[in-house]
Amino acid sequence: MVEQEGFRRYVAHIVLWIGIAIVAFPVYVAIVASTQDNALIANGQMSLLPGGHFFEVYYQTIFVGTSGSTREPVANMMLNSLVMALLIAVGKIAISIISAYGIVYFRFPFRMPIFWIIFITLMLPVEVRIYPTYKIVADLHMLDSYAGLALPLIASATATLLFRQFFMTVPDELLEASRIDGAGPFRFFWDTLLPLSRTNMAALFVILFILGWNQYLWPLLITTRDDMQTIQIGIRKMMTTNDALTEWPIVMATAVLAMLPPVFVVVAMQKLFVRGLVETEK
Amino acid sequence: MANVTLRNVRKTYPGGFEAIKGVNVDVGDGQFCVLVGPSGCGKSTLLRMVAGLETVTGGEIDIGGRVVNQVEPADRDIAMVFQNYALYPHMSVFNNMAYGLRNRGMKEAEIKTRVGEAARVLELTSMLERKPRQLSGGQRQRVAMGRAIVRQPKVFLFDEPLSNLDAKLRIAMRVEIRKLQRRLSTTSIYVTHDQLEAMTLADILVVMNGGQVEQIGNPLAVYEKPATTFVASFIGAPPMNLMSIRADEIKSQLGSAGEAGILGIRPEDFVITDQTPSGGVALPLTVEAIERVGAETFIYGSRAQDEQRVAATPGELPPGEVIVRIPGSEAPPIGQKIRVAAVRAKLHLFSGDGRTRIEA
Amino acid sequence: MQKQAIFQSKLLPYALVAPQLAIVLIFFYWPALQAVIQSFLLQDAFGLSTSFIWFENYTELLSDPAYFETIVRTFLFSFAIAASSLSVALLLAVMADKPMRGGAIYRTLLIWPYAVAPPVVGVLWVFMLHPSLGVLSRYLRAAGIEWNPLLDGNQAATLVILAAAWKQISYNFLFFLAGLAAIPKSVLEAAAIDGARPMRRFWTVTFPLLSPTIFFLLVVNIVYAFFDTFGIIDTMTRGGPGKSTETLVYKVYNDGLIGGNLGSSAAQSVILMVMVIVLTGIQFRFVERKVTY
Repeated sequence: MVEQEGFRRYVAHIVLWIGIAIVAFPVYVAIVASTQDNALIANGQMSLLPGGHFFEVYYQTIFVGTSGSTREPVANMMLNSLVMALLIAVGKIAISIISAYGIVYFRFPFRMPIFWIIFITLMLPVEVRIYPTYKIVADLHMLDSYAGLALPLIASATATLLFRQFFMTVPDELLEASRIDGAGPFRFFWDTLLPLSRTNMAALFVILFILGWNQYLWPLLITTRDDMQTIQIGIRKMMTTNDALTEWPIVMATAVLAMLPPVFVVVAMQKLFVRGLVETEK
Repeated sequence: MANVTLRNVRKTYPGGFEAIKGVNVDVGDGQFCVLVGPSGCGKSTLLRMVAGLETVTGGEIDIGGRVVNQVEPADRDIAMVFQNYALYPHMSVFNNMAYGLRNRGMKEAEIKTRVGEAARVLELTSMLERKPRQLSGGQRQRVAMGRAIVRQPKVFLFDEPLSNLDAKLRIAMRVEIRKLQRRLSTTSIYVTHDQLEAMTLADILVVMNGGQVEQIGNPLAVYEKPATTFVASFIGAPPMNLMSIRADEIKSQLGSAGEAGILGIRPEDFVITDQTPSGGVALPLTVEAIERVGAETFIYGSRAQDEQRVAATPGELPPGEVIVRIPGSEAPPIGQKIRVAAVRAKLHLFSGDGRTRIEA
Repeated sequence: MQKQAIFQSKLLPYALVAPQLAIVLIFFYWPALQAVIQSFLLQDAFGLSTSFIWFENYTELLSDPAYFETIVRTFLFSFAIAASSLSVALLLAVMADKPMRGGAIYRTLLIWPYAVAPPVVGVLWVFMLHPSLGVLSRYLRAAGIEWNPLLDGNQAATLVILAAAWKQISYNFLFFLAGLAAIPKSVLEAAAIDGARPMRRFWTVTFPLLSPTIFFLLVVNIVYAFFDTFGIIDTMTRGGPGKSTETLVYKVYNDGLIGGNLGSSAAQSVILMVMVIVLTGIQFRFVERKVTY
């Protein structure tokens, strides 16, 4: 429209840049802090410009850890987070896609009750059943294990619903044609349905990876050994000690490292990310 | 009431693409002007520029003696009917029509009268409280019309308002629109890609192609004397037969001197005959296909190999194919060789590039 | 909603749903059931003796003014977080919705905080606004504000709300962008021709047409504020000072882990479950409505 030219456009640009500044500022502070000397920060003298300790701080963070509170190299924490995130993402996609396949492409007694049993789990976030779940995992001797970290977070209805919805839109003729071509349930799944679901799987993977990497309460409960800590838990433990003793540059470096993989995924795979986000919320 | 004048209007997008390349049109007060052309020809862009929804990058748009290039759509005193109707989905039919009046601070009583009157004319009175989603396509179209009428604007703008309706309703609404416009005698600009709609509605027909005006005029005059081969093949269905013709043929067959050019003959101007009318042309054809539609019949014939020198506008006519329209349903069998001829007065001659009509 | 073309097999479908069913039953239904049973039990701190006490855990909870305060606090937090985050996100989305140079870059620069984990959000904000060493605290003090969220409950609450709202901006922004894109451009053009100025156009056309998105986001934001703020609170304030930043979920955790009061913690879990079910129900009803809109 005529009115959109000129002045209004400048306003829009300015507002957006202010928004970006607000959004980015805390992270900028973290990056800057991770390159400075701890004594300076502890005195409240922190500069808003990068300092000269980048390599030394990140080296210590990644390979050594704090000298006081956790003493666990962050590289190891990141490995734990990565394994957990991958297990959750891959596991969830795998079991959801096959159960959606069963529910959509077969008729069998108790089909709908089973669907509802899975569906209702949407309403039971891990936070509301936290202690009993902890007890079960403990009884199954899965504390401090990758299985214990991932399994309780694997089964939820969102992914199953998403695949079910997608399968419903796949034309019936595809199955009929495959059947005429002599394909059974396995072949049809492997040769037709799986390739068709590729984009959906990728979008889901992006979202699930981020959610998995960012898990907090559950790992907090079930990891007791330092070498099983995820990076999110590690950060919290670094701050446990008296404020005066907190090694802020290392905490901030850990925060930056904790953000890096999921932020990279969002930025690099933006299309898939947006698609995954919108699809899983439907 | 106002006339609309476009003076050398241009639109160039920031990327450098020229959507409108200098258009001059003058629509008199109360006239119904139709912009017609294939998709992508710029007709909708031009209309949206008149509405103020697109900026003008060159030339002047003048509504009722006032240059409106920099004027907001709201202040141009125009009303527009959109292709997808653009009804406010969250407002009732009444509020859809009343919205523009309320924005202008009109009193509720006056709004009631105007909307009531428009609803009566458009037979929407019983639906005023409904939401757009509860209406049929034709009813929505009428609400969109009503929204324009209640404003009593200087100019109506229509952007392909009938293209979302089925064929039968489209014809009925076409007649309605024409009647309504006559009664209100409000200056109107109407965009369509349907040449039949354009022919039947227009006082002034503007044929556009590639961001330029190909021809402006009374619809029948445009039909009878198309200015370019583009207009010749765009206006009229089935399209005019176009074939290239050599300079010596022009001389021998038509008796007039000139360069090589393009000869055009409308399908209905042929007759099946063994004679060659003096000054006219005759073509030997082999019947390839027959289409019987009841009152008339179309014969698709191919010319002998050595006669194939057709093709003014690529894609309009397969090379060598000629369409002949004859009345009734009697037709020669497929495969038969026939001879068709057209009289001198029915021949159209164009320059070799198809851009100029030669009055020979 | 049923497929017409299907496979015939007696056992295969059960094998296909079995893994998910097993995990769901073991890690969802069994613990949820345990939570319900636990909520009717009284257990001493060492787990040596348990007794069945019917609804005593519930009556005790619901007659406890502290619990009531926590409920009120949680809802206040939720609305404060939702309101601030939604309004900022809506403003940014409306600005970014215009066709303009660099639109894609703006989008990228605004959506990435979605990927920042709640505990990291907590760390970032607590560091920035730490009373003695925070870079922003200096300016607050210079402006004459006695800034100490470690001692002042209201300031701590503000801090948590700010941090939580900050993280949620990107999510809301994305959905607002999608919502805005779904509004037909011609409807806005029609409104412009109908004489509505940009502001009026926004409030009479854009905003009403966006209301399904707003409602959806409101529910999502409340659920987010209920559950996902746990990580933020745990790294920022641990629910303190006093109880000034303790939400319902944090209280479940606190009472169970630190207080060792498993019965009460379980009863709280059950109450939370009911709240989630109600919220999800509202959301589903609304989603159905949206389809016909």
